[in-house]
Amino acid sequence: MERIDRRLAQHVDWALALLAVLVVALGSTTVYSATFSQADGQPSPLFYRQLAWAGLGVGGMVVTLCFDYRKLERYAYLLYGAAVALLAMVPIVGIIGGGSRRWIHLGVFALQPSELMKLSLVIVLAHFFQTEGTRETYRLRDLAVPTVLYSVPAVLILAQPDLGSALLLGFVFASMVVVAGIRLRSLLYLVVVGSIAVFVAGNALWGHLKPYQQKRIVTFLNPEADPLGSGYHIIQSEIAVGSGKVWGKGFLKGTQNKLNFLPEQHTDFIFSVYAEEWGFGGCVVLMLLYLALVWRGLEVVARAKERFGALLAFGVTAIVFWQAFINMAMAMGMVPVVGITLPLFSYGGSSMMTLLIGLALLLNVSMRRFMF
Amino acid sequence: MGSREPGWPKVPLAATRPGQQTDERDTELVRTRDLPDTFRRRLNAATALALLAFFVLFGRLWHLQVTRGDEYRVLSEHNRIRLKRVKAIRGLVFDRKGTVLVENRPSFDVVMVPEDAREPDRVIDRLEGYLEEQIPEAHQALTTNVERPPFQPVVLKRDVDWRTLVAVETRQIELPGVSLRIGPRRSYLYGSLLAHLLGYIGEVNMTELTTLDGYRMSDMIGKYGLEKHWEDYLRGENGGEQIEVDAVGRELRVLREVEQVPGANIHLTLDMDLQQAAYDALEGHEGSIVALDPTTGAILALVSRPSFDPNLFSDGISVRDWTGLLTDPLRPLSDRAVQGQYPPGSTFKIAVAAAALEEGVVNPFTRIPCSGSLWFGNRAFRCWKKGGHGWMNLHEAIVQSCDVYFYQVGQRLGVDTIAQYARKLGLGSVTGVRLDHEKAGTIPDSAWKRRVFGEPWYPGETLSVAIGQGYVTATPLQMANAIATIAGGGIRHRPHFVDYVEMPSGEIARPNEDEPIATGLRASTVVQLKAALRDVVASNVGTGKKARVEGIEVGGKTGTSQVVRLRKDNKKVDQLKLPRQARDHAWFIAFAPVEAPEIAIACMIEHAGGGGGAVAAPIVQKVLSYYFRDRIPHPEPEPAVADAGIDGANRQTARATR
Repeated sequence: MERIDRRLAQHVDWALALLAVLVVALGSTTVYSATFSQADGQPSPLFYRQLAWAGLGVGGMVVTLCFDYRKLERYAYLLYGAAVALLAMVPIVGIIGGGSRRWIHLGVFALQPSELMKLSLVIVLAHFFQTEGTRETYRLRDLAVPTVLYSVPAVLILAQPDLGSALLLGFVFASMVVVAGIRLRSLLYLVVVGSIAVFVAGNALWGHLKPYQQKRIVTFLNPEADPLGSGYHIIQSEIAVGSGKVWGKGFLKGTQNKLNFLPEQHTDFIFSVYAEEWGFGGCVVLMLLYLALVWRGLEVVARAKERFGALLAFGVTAIVFWQAFINMAMAMGMVPVVGITLPLFSYGGSSMMTLLIGLALLLNVSMRRFMF
Repeated sequence: MGSREPGWPKVPLAATRPGQQTDERDTELVRTRDLPDTFRRRLNAATALALLAFFVLFGRLWHLQVTRGDEYRVLSEHNRIRLKRVKAIRGLVFDRKGTVLVENRPSFDVVMVPEDAREPDRVIDRLEGYLEEQIPEAHQALTTNVERPPFQPVVLKRDVDWRTLVAVETRQIELPGVSLRIGPRRSYLYGSLLAHLLGYIGEVNMTELTTLDGYRMSDMIGKYGLEKHWEDYLRGENGGEQIEVDAVGRELRVLREVEQVPGANIHLTLDMDLQQAAYDALEGHEGSIVALDPTTGAILALVSRPSFDPNLFSDGISVRDWTGLLTDPLRPLSDRAVQGQYPPGSTFKIAVAAAALEEGVVNPFTRIPCSGSLWFGNRAFRCWKKGGHGWMNLHEAIVQSCDVYFYQVGQRLGVDTIAQYARKLGLGSVTGVRLDHEKAGTIPDSAWKRRVFGEPWYPGETLSVAIGQGYVTATPLQMANAIATIAGGGIRHRPHFVDYVEMPSGEIARPNEDEPIATGLRASTVVQLKAALRDVVASNVGTGKKARVEGIEVGGKTGTSQVVRLRKDNKKVDQLKLPRQARDHAWFIAFAPVEAPEIAIACMIEHAGGGGGAVAAPIVQKVLSYYFRDRIPHPEPEPAVADAGIDGANRQTARATR
């Protein structure tokens, strides 16, 4: 355990940290509004929990900064194994919420292992591409191990069922593989063969599915086909976003928000609540904050002095980017509704902790780049 | 360690020393040189992609909030786009002849969306003015629905008449937020006649909402009987509409809709006319009648009285009605046919007789004397006939229901053997009919006694068991199934009441509910039992004379089961002077025609105040007379040609065309 050096502290990327704090602040404010109880006239306990998690997360960040991130390499597989083990425990001891089993109850709070999995996967992949990653580009057979590393948790998460988290894990995995350097020919080959395989397998399996299973898939691909479920949610979400107009309806004044038209207004659809209350102006600010976060993250990648750090930083940035992009696109009716939260913004302790610690790793890579 | 890829210096952890740090500007220079070009290119591509993605998001945001912002603002005011759920039409229920037993009639509720009404209480006052009546439940509905999500309607008045309908419809403008909601209302056309079998529906409760898939608040769900056990077939799939409303909540147009899918229709094996006859025959009694087809186990009639009106539940039962049903001392909610466990009395002798013949402890010629009582272990076990029956063989003992004969046979068999044969006839375990809270009854044996009381079996107890008293209990359905098993030649079926299910697609599903089990009784045993049961009714000394049906051979067995012990002095007490709870139960179980049984029946009269032969047999007689009404010879002389063979053929055609 090395003590944090004074000079190290000077190299902390304060801009990045500030961006994160701003997003968390806006997020908590919106959680306050989304969960505000009209009947009691006071904020919901969820709001205070969110604040507590943010505080804990900052503590976690400080601790994370004290370690040299390269030590993580040694524990990469251990961390990964622990996260997979937690995921595997979910079906046995997990608690059910919203129709799927995603949480493990730990007395005071419920842990969502799929959130921890995101970071563990980034670490283990960064480690893999570091040790095995001595070539410029990878052939397909070189990618067997990372594919397994991704597939095991993805299947466990899909079984919960949590399509959103499994997809997100897939996007992060794919981004890291591409940036680590897959051969162009292999990539094309993968895309072509993959599409054909999905098409053929889909056709073969379709007839074997029960009507309600078919319906679920159709609904996912085309939510408009379910006007009473997600199709309705999307319309209401679009109305919420659009009705914010340029300057919004004002804090706590969102009418769509108060109507409970969305089952997940403080998690998956929090962007609609924010957009309704703060309008185009507020949304541009929020999007610029995310863009700056991603930009700054990619800067850290570019400046990293060694491969593990670069890939670690890239993985964390990819998590933030994909979650932010998919969530906002979903709220605006551009992509199907899948359960993906807005990073650092939506309500959720496990997610908040994971992302803040992930950002701390980014800061860690950034501030230790001068040490070579 | 060292890296093979050019440009990626791999620095060992040991080299991490703050001292090595150089001036930042220098590092910048080193960095650009250090970064491999390929990696940098891929990173640039990623950055470009991220920029593009955010550009697309900005574009969409502009479209929604700036270009179409006004449009969406209007839609957001007053929740202009709403979801209206359309409930699925529950499946219908028919009897075996296609008579409709349960249907859905259209009914109208007056509902109000308080948010649309602005001043809900004043609107209700106005409504009361138009209707010229007070609707206290309407004001109440506003205050009790605290948990109601905004813009969900509350029901002001359920199932309204035409006058109200017209009043509301014509004054829509003056009644903002008020509208009519049409919906199917469950209607049980035969009311209490079929209450226990069909059951009833009710609003889903919290437990059902959390444990079952696909239900929403205020959905109806089967709570009891057929409605509950066949819920998955009956319920169908709810539909709904996305509607656009104006500022006072009037429907402007349907944006999109999903049609409801009606539930499947269920066709029962039940014969409604027979059910009615059985129900009427039980008039003035508490008890149960179960009639089965002994060749299939199909239930033809299943009655439990007193009963209740399931229509009370269609709308959500009122507290007053519900407590009334719960506190009624005669327990109308209890389905005596499957939930009532009674000592079967002498009807149980069928099982003992079967055991005796199969085990060879007596043969048809074995004679045992009856002197009116049997001394056993310091106590006299009495026969119901004080003077005794004299020397009896098995046939006579069944016909005259001689207790002493069965005491002796029981002793020879032992309780464990009796239990074994009783179980073969389906006693002591649930039949598996899909009705609520079916009871298994009790068939005691030595192991059971040890398990329940921790005591050994006493031989004296075997004597009580041999005449169906003591610990022995059975439900009317079990006894009907037991006599059906004998009637059917020793094949036991699983009683069931659903014949087939008609899916909305027209497809016919036949959930095979029967499960024939061969009891292994010898044909000779069955023949001898049937002959004896025939003479119970046919013989002038038989205990079941009152069940005779003109022209039809009926086999049966009476039973009178004591609720309290006989008086020590064995004096006859007038049953009707006893309190109701202390009176005997009367049983009669029967099948007919003896040669080719079509119907098996059990009748149990709770606290009848009379014996099986006196009270239950005449009731069964009524039901059988009704069942065979077309075959009972007319009073005027029949043409000479109508001999047995032709008569039999007529029967077949008569049955087919019924």
